[in-house]
Amino acid sequence: MKEIAAPPLDVAGLTVAYGANLALEDVTWTAAPGLTAIVGPNGAGKSSLLRAVLGLIPARAGTIRLLGAPPAAMRGAVGWLPQRAMVDWDFPASALDVVAMAGTRRTRWFGPLPRAEREAARAALAEVGMADLADRQIGRLSGGQQQRVFLARALAQDARLVLMDEPFAAVDAATEAAIAAVLRRLAAEGRSVIAVHHDLSTVRDYFDAVLLLNRRVIAAGPMHAAFTAENVTAAYGGRLLRFGDAGDTAVLAEAV
Amino acid sequence: MGGTTFLQLDLPPLLAALLAGGTCGLLGSLLVLRRESLVGDALAHAVLPGIVLGFALTGLRAGVPMLGGALLAALLAVAAIGLVRRAARLEAGAATGAVFTVFFAAGLFGLELSGARSVDLDLDCVLFGQLETLVWPAATGWGSLADPAALGSLPRQLGLLAGVALASAVAVALCWRPLKLLCFDPGYAAVLGLPARGLETGLALLVAAAAVAAFESVGSILVVALLVCPAAALRLLTDRFAPQVIGGAVLGAALAVLGYALAGPLPAALGSGVALNAAGVIGTLGGLAVALAALLTRGRRLAAAG
Repeated sequence: MKEIAAPPLDVAGLTVAYGANLALEDVTWTAAPGLTAIVGPNGAGKSSLLRAVLGLIPARAGTIRLLGAPPAAMRGAVGWLPQRAMVDWDFPASALDVVAMAGTRRTRWFGPLPRAEREAARAALAEVGMADLADRQIGRLSGGQQQRVFLARALAQDARLVLMDEPFAAVDAATEAAIAAVLRRLAAEGRSVIAVHHDLSTVRDYFDAVLLLNRRVIAAGPMHAAFTAENVTAAYGGRLLRFGDAGDTAVLAEAV
Repeated sequence: MGGTTFLQLDLPPLLAALLAGGTCGLLGSLLVLRRESLVGDALAHAVLPGIVLGFALTGLRAGVPMLGGALLAALLAVAAIGLVRRAARLEAGAATGAVFTVFFAAGLFGLELSGARSVDLDLDCVLFGQLETLVWPAATGWGSLADPAALGSLPRQLGLLAGVALASAVAVALCWRPLKLLCFDPGYAAVLGLPARGLETGLALLVAAAAVAAFESVGSILVVALLVCPAAALRLLTDRFAPQVIGGAVLGAALAVLGYALAGPLPAALGSGVALNAAGVIGTLGGLAVALAALLTRGRRLAAAG
């Protein structure tokens, strides 16, 4: 028996502006459960969409519903993997410290970390292949390892929906495989992931659905229906050099 | 040096230096981790109009009205910084700089206008403090430390400093994990649904309270040095959160006590006539601590590389 689940994310008329510049204009979109990629050129408002959904930047207009409820009621139920460039890597914290931060809300605020939280954090690190590096300061990890620490933090939060900002950006092969495995595991458990993705050649490998975005919604839906040469060209507003409909290659020039 | 002289002349300033150094070192570590060292500086200055107002309204140079006014000014300054950031779309540093100079100038203006200056709340005292003037004439010997009447006549600045030190230590201990997350990743704190804004305001109020309590005895310039130097030195020496924060408090207290001792009592005990301004020596030691930490780190890196 399956209950009819609310969509993980539902936005209507969402407009986000930085001063006079509109980052998002009247975005109306309902995400399906499962793994969804947000794809679009630089400056398309991909990160802004996630950050507005999480309440990290204000929306000028529009409504947002997370897991069928107003965002304020869902704080803590939604996981977040920020862009690597946004993190202070000099901070005096070990990999385990960072992963354990996922439990900050559900544990008491003081005293030693409860054993259950420590074990959950270690298990999450082990799942991304980082068990041996749990006590290393985060600045002394490679870029891919750093990304996996934050992936482990998102896992340890035990969230039904995880938003990710460029999880696959500039990572090594081991990390790419670890992230892909985590995405599959989350989907198999009935959880949803919405991720900003920059690499058009791998969108189809990792995700089931896509939102093509360029300040407005260009197209959205299941991969085979929405991720077409026409839609991608429209989103990027440029020349499409090669788009393998049968294969999995999409190479683009972001021309004017 | 007799025990009574020590109790009367040296114990109160030593305690004041210890409490101010410890409190500022503790809170300063959190500010440095938040990359907001300037906020300590800003709040230490922005509280001035509130202090003057508290003084002007009550005519008293007593702790509580001045602390109340200062906290009010700090709240207004924090709100104004947020407002300027959003309205003028300035980055945090520029908004902070713009707001605190305006507040400080308003405070100086108020100082002249209210006549507070003619009493003993003058600019020198604001900037350099008056550590050496904290005395305990009621002390008659070591027994005074157990005599409630004598203890009651300790300089009142010590009571304020002790209260703020206790409040800061308790607040940081009770909010340990949320504060750690707030320093590292305030966005994630908000995503988790923690009261990030409330914690930030609470931290700013503690910094303002520490600045007010400490500024009377050690002066606003030394408040800034004690907020930044121990934290910055520790930042170079450890990559663990707890040693950074607790170590900041310990180093701040140690630098303040050592600085006071080096300024007067120690040379005097050695028969020298040299007497230096304690605030100046403490500030210099703070700078030296950062330089030493940088040298140590560099040496360690070179050793690791070679």
